[in-house]
Amino acid sequence: MKFLPLVWANLFHKKTRLILTLLSLIAAFMLFGLLQAVSVLFSSGADFVGANRLITQAKVSFTQPLPLALLPRIESIPGVARVAWSQFFGGIYIDERNFFAQFAVDPERLLDAYPEWILPAEQRVAFTRTRTGAIVGRKLAEQYGFKIGDKIPLKSFIFTRKDGSRAWEWDVVGIFDGKDADWSGRSNLMYLNFGQFDEARQFGQGSAGVYIVRVDNPDDSERIAKAIDSQFENSPDETKTQTERDWNLSFVRQIGDIGLIVTGILGAVFFTILLVIGNTMSQAVRERIPEFAVLKTLGFSDGQVTGLVLAEAFVLCFVGAALGMVLAIGAAKGVSGALNGAPVSVLPIVWAQAFVTMLVLAFAVGIFPALRARRLQIVDALAGR
Amino acid sequence: MTTLVSIRGVAKRYTRGKQTVDVLQALDLDIASGDFLALMGPSGSGKTTLLNLIGGLDKPSAGEIIVDGKRIDQLSSGQLAKWRARHVGFVFQFYNLLPVLSAEANVELPLLLTSLNKAQRKKNVAAALAVVGLSDRATHKPSELSGGQQQRVAIARALVADPTLLVCDEPTGDLDRKTADEILTLLQALNRNHGKTIVMVTHDAKAAEYASHRLDMDKGALVSGVVA
Repeated sequence: MKFLPLVWANLFHKKTRLILTLLSLIAAFMLFGLLQAVSVLFSSGADFVGANRLITQAKVSFTQPLPLALLPRIESIPGVARVAWSQFFGGIYIDERNFFAQFAVDPERLLDAYPEWILPAEQRVAFTRTRTGAIVGRKLAEQYGFKIGDKIPLKSFIFTRKDGSRAWEWDVVGIFDGKDADWSGRSNLMYLNFGQFDEARQFGQGSAGVYIVRVDNPDDSERIAKAIDSQFENSPDETKTQTERDWNLSFVRQIGDIGLIVTGILGAVFFTILLVIGNTMSQAVRERIPEFAVLKTLGFSDGQVTGLVLAEAFVLCFVGAALGMVLAIGAAKGVSGALNGAPVSVLPIVWAQAFVTMLVLAFAVGIFPALRARRLQIVDALAGR
Repeated sequence: MTTLVSIRGVAKRYTRGKQTVDVLQALDLDIASGDFLALMGPSGSGKTTLLNLIGGLDKPSAGEIIVDGKRIDQLSSGQLAKWRARHVGFVFQFYNLLPVLSAEANVELPLLLTSLNKAQRKKNVAAALAVVGLSDRATHKPSELSGGQQQRVAIARALVADPTLLVCDEPTGDLDRKTADEILTLLQALNRNHGKTIVMVTHDAKAAEYASHRLDMDKGALVSGVVA
């Protein structure tokens, strides 16, 4: 510990270089913390803990519709509180750039399944009674200036009307809010009354994309999920039931192997950082060869000089990694919001990975300059040779 | 007076590429404990090489060097490092202070290699800075000090571990006459009042006058000796 002030002071040999080096380390480790947190989330198995809502889709693919006839059998399973269904509509508002999610739903069932959405009673009634009705999330309404009474034209890239047209028109009858800031942040979507949708569509009547199953007790969710899937095992409509969180994540998983993508990005980032910091350390030691010669003159051994350079690399990487990981915690909250509240957090395992990475990085960038300082001949170094 | 440094048949040969240069040739020298020896001679005469050998910074190609009863020419580089830390203080022409450290932190460096605790180190550093008259500049960085003050800090660093021997390589070579005289007076006081044995390499005849002995070198050999 008595050498720490010496190590610390030597880091400030060139302040501008130190700041730039630290910034690059902070950025690298922030990215590391964030991407590893995301990777851990996506690589984790099914987690039913605390899940009060399940999503049932066709086992083959979520694009395969399920008949509405399954509803009574799902509702009959003990512990199921309310079942809703939902069909992704795939509508474009005026221009392809104006894409937002719309789902055709049974109004009563949907709002029962999602008590997190707050909709005034009269608007709820209007949504239930208006077969061309739609309700819009506050965030979406503010983005496009939608208000009650508006007629919104949507061109679905999935569903054609019986008259061959893809143009649908929906009447805004309500604007819903989230129960808290988290849910308000997710209110950038629109629900459409299943009535007009099912009557007018050219194909797929009497079916929906997924069932949304609200359970009485989250502790029963795993049992209920298994019970639903076993109900339809070996039938033409086999199902796959998972928590709402896992179902949401499965969409992102379609991008590809998240773990591989994360590893690839981090590999490139840390290879670059290795070169940048390695070069910086080499330069810093090269400039201070006479100073290391003085230390050796004073009696510092080869091992102590090697240790001082490695310690400099370690302290530099440690400070950069610690600050980067702290920033990653904040960034993870932002990503969590973007993933509809999926728990993206910098878990202890990510901290442990960051620590090991930091150690490896510090050793890799420090060892060659340290060996150079170790090998220097005092007389030659003092003479500037 | 007892002999502190005994040099017998010391030679030093450097090989640079295909060229071999004999810098020192079969040199014999005794330096008494408490002596203040000035080594003079033209550039390339081998005086700095001899100083490096006495200070344990380099090893001879042949011969033996005994300092305070220890054959240092047979020590490994690790053993030599430990020996230097305990027995030798160094003063260089260009001070060679670490620019990122304050004066007191520079002076403390040799003590980091001892078992002294922080309070003891601080006390010794303060004492060394007081000896060189720089107590009021303890927290200043080298860039905030004049050349003479930097050299005083370097002398304090050389003294702080209470070494047996001080080796000084052109300690006034970068200083003006007045400041050089102040530094030389300080070295002389350390020799006379504190009993430090000093070996100093210099080009400056006036500087050599502060020493108690002067030896001239030429072409790797001692050519004359003068008692001051």
